[in-house]
Amino acid sequence: MTTQPNTAAPRRGVPIWVQVTIWAALLALLAIVAMGLRRAQQGTVQPGDEIPDFTLTLFDGYTYEGKSQVSFAELRGKVVVINFWASWCKPCEQEAADMEAAWRSYQPGGQVVFLGADYVDTEPEARGYLQKFDITYPNGPDLGTKISQFFRIKGVPETYFIDQQGKLVYVQVGPFSSEAQIHAIIDPLLK
Amino acid sequence: MKKPLAVFLLVFLLFNLWVGVASAQATTPSDDEVNAIAKELFCPVCENTPLDVCPTEACKQWRELIRLKLSEGWSKEQIQDYFVEQYGARVLAEPPRQGWYWLIYLMPVALFGVGIFILYRAYQSMRQPLPLEADEAQPPASPSLSDADLRRVEEELNKRK
Amino acid sequence: MLADFGFAILVITFVLAIYTIAAALYGHFAAQPKWVESARLAMLLSFPLLTLAALDLTYLLATGDFNVKFVYEVTSLDMPTYLKVTALWGGQSGSLLFWSWLMAAFTTAVTLRKWDRDREFLPWVILVSSVTMAFFLGLNVFFENPFARFWQTFEGVAAYTFKPENGIAFTPENGNGLNPLLRHPGMIIHPPMLYLGFVSFVIPYAFAIAALVTGRTDDRWIRITRRWTLVAWVFLSLGLVLGGRWAYDVLGWGGYWGWDPVEIAAFMPWLTGTAFLHSVMIQEKRGMLKHWNMILVILTYALVVFGTFLTRSGVLSSVHAFAKSAIGPAFFIFIGATFVISVALLIYRWDSLKAEGQMHSMFSREALFLLNNLLFMGILGICFWGVISPLVSELATGAKVTVGPPYYERAAGPLFAALVLLMGIAPLSAWGHVSLSNLANQNGMEMEKRYALGIARLLWKPAIPAVLTLIALLLLGIRNIYALIGLTFVALTTSITLYEFWRAARARSRAQKENFFLALWRLAGRNRRRYGGYVIHLGVILMAIGIIGIEMFQTETQQSLSVGESITLAGYTVQYDSLAQFQAEDGRWVTRAVMSVFRDGKFITELYPRYDVYADGQPMTIPGVRSTLADDLYVLLVNWEGVTSQIAPFKVYHNPLVNWLWLGSFIFIAGTLIAAWPDEEPEHAPARARKSRPAYQPGD
Repeated sequence: MTTQPNTAAPRRGVPIWVQVTIWAALLALLAIVAMGLRRAQQGTVQPGDEIPDFTLTLFDGYTYEGKSQVSFAELRGKVVVINFWASWCKPCEQEAADMEAAWRSYQPGGQVVFLGADYVDTEPEARGYLQKFDITYPNGPDLGTKISQFFRIKGVPETYFIDQQGKLVYVQVGPFSSEAQIHAIIDPLLK
Repeated sequence: MKKPLAVFLLVFLLFNLWVGVASAQATTPSDDEVNAIAKELFCPVCENTPLDVCPTEACKQWRELIRLKLSEGWSKEQIQDYFVEQYGARVLAEPPRQGWYWLIYLMPVALFGVGIFILYRAYQSMRQPLPLEADEAQPPASPSLSDADLRRVEEELNKRK
Repeated sequence: MLADFGFAILVITFVLAIYTIAAALYGHFAAQPKWVESARLAMLLSFPLLTLAALDLTYLLATGDFNVKFVYEVTSLDMPTYLKVTALWGGQSGSLLFWSWLMAAFTTAVTLRKWDRDREFLPWVILVSSVTMAFFLGLNVFFENPFARFWQTFEGVAAYTFKPENGIAFTPENGNGLNPLLRHPGMIIHPPMLYLGFVSFVIPYAFAIAALVTGRTDDRWIRITRRWTLVAWVFLSLGLVLGGRWAYDVLGWGGYWGWDPVEIAAFMPWLTGTAFLHSVMIQEKRGMLKHWNMILVILTYALVVFGTFLTRSGVLSSVHAFAKSAIGPAFFIFIGATFVISVALLIYRWDSLKAEGQMHSMFSREALFLLNNLLFMGILGICFWGVISPLVSELATGAKVTVGPPYYERAAGPLFAALVLLMGIAPLSAWGHVSLSNLANQNGMEMEKRYALGIARLLWKPAIPAVLTLIALLLLGIRNIYALIGLTFVALTTSITLYEFWRAARARSRAQKENFFLALWRLAGRNRRRYGGYVIHLGVILMAIGIIGIEMFQTETQQSLSVGESITLAGYTVQYDSLAQFQAEDGRWVTRAVMSVFRDGKFITELYPRYDVYADGQPMTIPGVRSTLADDLYVLLVNWEGVTSQIAPFKVYHNPLVNWLWLGSFIFIAGTLIAAWPDEEPEHAPARARKSRPAYQPGD
């Protein structure tokens, strides 16, 4: 019942190279989808992850140690706080004053660096926002949304705390409700 | 002596040019001019929605930025380049035609080529007379039915379905 | 109580599906038909059980039992009852249950058919259906229980299936309410249609797999599933059209199709399904393309599952999708298994799917159908790559890219145009049955010439209206080359299709001495598939007119108006008269403008573009539309630019011919009904029977 009895053609099947191609294509597709799925499921970078180097170009008027760019690699040995924000983001405004106050308390010690990465924002509005909340720590646009893609941020505001060894220790999704909350994360790292 | 003069003249000319451009563009660009550019941009905040109809605050700011740049006399390409630099290639409705991204454009063409090749092969093989018909040319090994008989059987079978 | 009952039913149905799988397998391998029969009966039970579960959930929704998490998520007190009921498919877990229920309906229908001649298929059809069913029910049972309830514990309020330790039932005062975008008549019927289209493709797939496993790879499985495929296809088509209509009415971007990955995910199975419906005719009539049809059915089902996965797992969602769906990995495994098993079976049985016919010319109907398939596959390739390439690109470069409408339009546009043309020409070419003796004496070139001449002879008369259309368009001042080509193709295909009707009906009316219209009616009744197919083609052509109209000739303008000011676009003047704001019964705030439309200084109508703001703050922009066969005037109140009672921004679109798109879809559906209508007449006999046609013995 399986094959036709009177076709004399020998059983050739599918050529091996075609089979190999088909399986390879299928596996490649599944691999791509699996990676896409992993990305969709994994959320932001997680504590413990090593953070490779990135460069934040600062807005005019902001400098870090006299330069208009901050390279993450140069900050090794310091606690780094990266805050993603945008001028169109209402919850960001809630925490802006607390972030700035926290920065001012750590700035003299020189052991902690705050960085503001402005996500998908327009420069005039961003400047207005920085002025309104009198933000003094280095701030710059997230050019090409590269930094945010690297951290796989899910929205703004999000704040990432990285220790002296360049390891991510804490991720804050959503705004801080008080300055004390920020201190509570940073202070243990300074011991 | 001559160099400073030349620099001065150049600066003066450029300044005049700038003033000229600025005054020509003094009127605020219309919504339509803004939308014409926004239509082909995609804001990362609302993926897959063109910028001209995206209702979020971020997109509204982007449109105002386009208006500002237009009023400064920027061309469409300059504005697009600026957005790409600021927010990455994802703001364009399709990837820039360069480097790796060519794969995105060439793959459909390649796939279609493969399709044509397969079709051609299939067509070739289907034009080959079947082994069956080759059999018919030789004296049949087994008693065979005429076409008409077969058709009758076939119709009979179909009726039973 | 009712929630626990519902969950219990889900678990029972799930276990039953597992039992069905086991019984079918055992029955087959132990050669014990009674076990297969038991599996069949078990499968029949799933439909009433799931009906009960669905009714249970619907009751909870209608009565607003916010203790149940799903009810809390998709309904609220102020929603009208019909929306509460249809909220069943307004969220992930409920729509999964709804999906399973629809699938149970289809599997029941297929189980009830007469199996006398296809006994050997039965265990495998049951197996494939039950595995799919078990998978979807498993998603409900293990990951997305629609009956999970809120419990207050020391850690706070959370939803659990079972009462946690020290838990106290918690019932919120009011629910979240349905996503405003879904509160639209189009959205109420759009998902069920799409789901029906999706789930019903399980049946052809099940038969295809059964044919592969049993090795009974003649075209029996095709004959059984052809009508199922047509049914699945018409629902899928309806779902797509309704989705487009919903987008046009609700999304407020003046269009009906945005080449969004989620849309494309639903479009891809339609493409393969359409290709299958065409190529299946060649297998039926000429015994060719058996491999290809098998591939198409498997591909269609794979794309259905793949599309469902993409839309539900969050792989394609935006930055804003916080909700992590737990069903992703399970879905992925299911897809992987489906792909791998199908491909393995296909390779294993490749040789038994041998062609029985021979192709005579590249202008023969078979060859043109192959071309049709190539075009559909081309469009599929473009769509698939467009959806996948951003993922690939992100993995390769680390940077996201957008692959948007320009890519799809540029790549797929020419293929669609070619399809329209082919739709006209293909019917003119006869099936390759030229008598054999005649063929033997002719070489290849001769044959091509004969076929080409045959087409050309028939083509010149219908070509006249097409040329006249082209001239008329040029006289009208249309210079858009794409529109000219597109509309000329449309005219040609229309005239050929109508000519085909006319030619056949006239021949019949002469032969049978019947009145022309009676002849036309009887003719269509005689060969429903062919003439239903032609009617579908006419529907598609009308849709093409609408698409060309809006794609090529849409104009738009946006302007802020003070009261009394107006915008002029495409000969229409739209004047801003007044603005009102009020609260509707269901709690949303409506801001509505009154606009007067004038043409040539004469008042035509009033339009009321508005935007609604729901309790959750999400705005909906509803256009005011004046719709005629010639054009649509589509006015939006552009709320996102800031509206005050003094000055308001309006966006006006002029969409020529777009109504033909919707009109065409009605004709399209009518054609499908003609083609799919059950009839008692014997099937069209194959043109030439072959002795290699195996498998069914007369006594079978």
